[in-house]
Amino acid sequence: MQEVISTNKLAAFRANLASTTLAFPNDKVSAAFDFLNTSDFPTTRHENWKYTRLARIANLRFDQTDESKIDSSLRICADSLQFVFHNGNLIQQPENLPSGLTVKSIQDCSTEELAIVSTELNTFEAMNLAYTSNGLFIQVADKTNLEQVIEIIHYTTGNEFVALRNVIQTGALSKSEIILNYLSLEDSNSLVNVVTDVEVGAGTHLTLHKIQAEKGTNFHVSKENIKQDKDSNFSLHTTTLNGNFVRNDVNVAVNGQNCETNLYGAYILNDTQHVDNHTVIDHKVAHCLSNELYKGVIDDKATAVFNGKVFVRKDAQKINAFQSNANVLMSDDATVYSKPELEIYADDVKCSHGSTTGQLDEEAVFYLRARGISEKSARNLVVSAFVNDALEKTENEEVLAYIYLLVKERFGWEF
Amino acid sequence: MIKIKNLHANIEGKEILKGLNLEVNAGEIHAIMGPNGAGKSTLASILAGREEYEVTEGSVEFDGKDLLELSTEDRAREGLFLAFQYPVEIPGVSNVNFLRTALNEIREYKGEEPISAKDFMAKVREKSAIVELDSKLASRSVNEGFSGGEKKRNEIFQMAMLEPKLAILDETDSGLDIDALRIVASGVNKLKSPENATIVITHYQRLLDYIVPDFVHVLYDGRIVKTGTKELALELEEKGYDWIKNEVDAN
Repeated sequence: MQEVISTNKLAAFRANLASTTLAFPNDKVSAAFDFLNTSDFPTTRHENWKYTRLARIANLRFDQTDESKIDSSLRICADSLQFVFHNGNLIQQPENLPSGLTVKSIQDCSTEELAIVSTELNTFEAMNLAYTSNGLFIQVADKTNLEQVIEIIHYTTGNEFVALRNVIQTGALSKSEIILNYLSLEDSNSLVNVVTDVEVGAGTHLTLHKIQAEKGTNFHVSKENIKQDKDSNFSLHTTTLNGNFVRNDVNVAVNGQNCETNLYGAYILNDTQHVDNHTVIDHKVAHCLSNELYKGVIDDKATAVFNGKVFVRKDAQKINAFQSNANVLMSDDATVYSKPELEIYADDVKCSHGSTTGQLDEEAVFYLRARGISEKSARNLVVSAFVNDALEKTENEEVLAYIYLLVKERFGWEF
Repeated sequence: MIKIKNLHANIEGKEILKGLNLEVNAGEIHAIMGPNGAGKSTLASILAGREEYEVTEGSVEFDGKDLLELSTEDRAREGLFLAFQYPVEIPGVSNVNFLRTALNEIREYKGEEPISAKDFMAKVREKSAIVELDSKLASRSVNEGFSGGEKKRNEIFQMAMLEPKLAILDETDSGLDIDALRIVASGVNKLKSPENATIVITHYQRLLDYIVPDFVHVLYDGRIVKTGTKELALELEEKGYDWIKNEVDAN
């Protein structure tokens, strides 16, 4: 008995974490604890973790402190509604919100408001529910066209474990855009675990930008659960530019007809970084379109994992679903595991998927050098053009300019 | 301008150039002709600095410098230009942006200030007109989706933008219809000056009706075996390369 307990890494990992005090439905919280109490960190024998070992995280111990005070002058969009978190504490928010928009800390939410939180029982999602300290509850009223972008910045310092839960509900015929920007201020071992539950209303247009640029020592695990109602348009742009270990899970349930779903991802890795993107688009009904493009550049001893699943259910006819993952390996020690998957049960659909992984096109580099461009600039031009294909899907020019700036600072690439 | 002396070169252990000699002076146009496999494209590749080739003997002096010691980009910055036989498509890299980068890196190498955006765009307009290249093509990704003729015109457009001392046109006529050929040739002729020189590598005499060479060299089996004037090209067209082969093999 003693031995069993001592070998459960998850139990040891959780030993000092403080349980959530938020008003989540009791049954959901108990289910999460029951799951955690009877399981351990998934191993590579688990299908969803086949290429991602959790030893880097499992053996660390984290703090949950309360101190927080930083001055943030960063603002991506000049006119945004900005919410700033530090280690899970909401430290800055706008004085006024436009009509039709409700935003509050989920600490201030009732159990009814939190009833929609997802309860998929896997290690990180269950841990998120069990230990959530904060997050935002965002509600966009029907027919609200939100002109200002909601910009959420999360800073970490120290060796913190931060579990955040966001709930986003957009009313019918509304339009909104939200930035989730993750940064860290120190080379420390923090772990940010975020789950964002999104209900996209009928006829609604919602764009999410997720930018991950924490330091190379930090850990980030996040999940977006999206439910799309009919006639809605949802886009998620995931940009991963740093972090020791990053795992992104996106799960889109397309529940209504005439929806458009766009998932775009770009990741640029070096050193020993590990970045894993798992996506699911579930076409449950007919007449929908989904586009998915993930592009990555992997240097040094870094590893990228892509697993994209598209389901087209039995009665979901006339679905157009396109999925593509492309990677460039910049060194002999860089690794990519790419697995695009299509599961189609309907017979009148147009779907495609593809995956390519290769080296940088040396002919292109030579061609540019033969015009007087240095080898380094030539490589940067070719590789930045490759990844820009996914980056420039972002229609918000301020967001794109910010991403370009981060890439330039970190990798020296110009766009 | 360029002095190639006794150049020997291998690729994967196979000797391709076997003692090639060539001297080109400013203001001259030289044509290098020869049968397939003679080493024409190898010569162009070595001069541009392709690393797959190993120079085992000989020297190349370009404007007083040892060309073989220079990196590919420094050769371009010193004024050497290769018009590729197969121009490369580079998705996502705009033709104009890459040329601005190239031009500015060349200027930096020479200790000059970067070109202003206004001057650069004026130059793009002026030079694209020389090869009748649609300005839309100039701003598209490098060669992506270009037709064969557009790719070759783009090569000459880049040459016009970079204003090299020595341009090497590697089979620039291959795959061109007569109209494209005329446009490309007229571009090359417009760029000719007493200060620069051109080496035209070609299999066929056809291009030389439009770009009139001062000298015609026949490259066979890794060496230049015959040199003449433009009449030599006509003779080759008429008699074929077997005539040269027989003459060389007889010696």
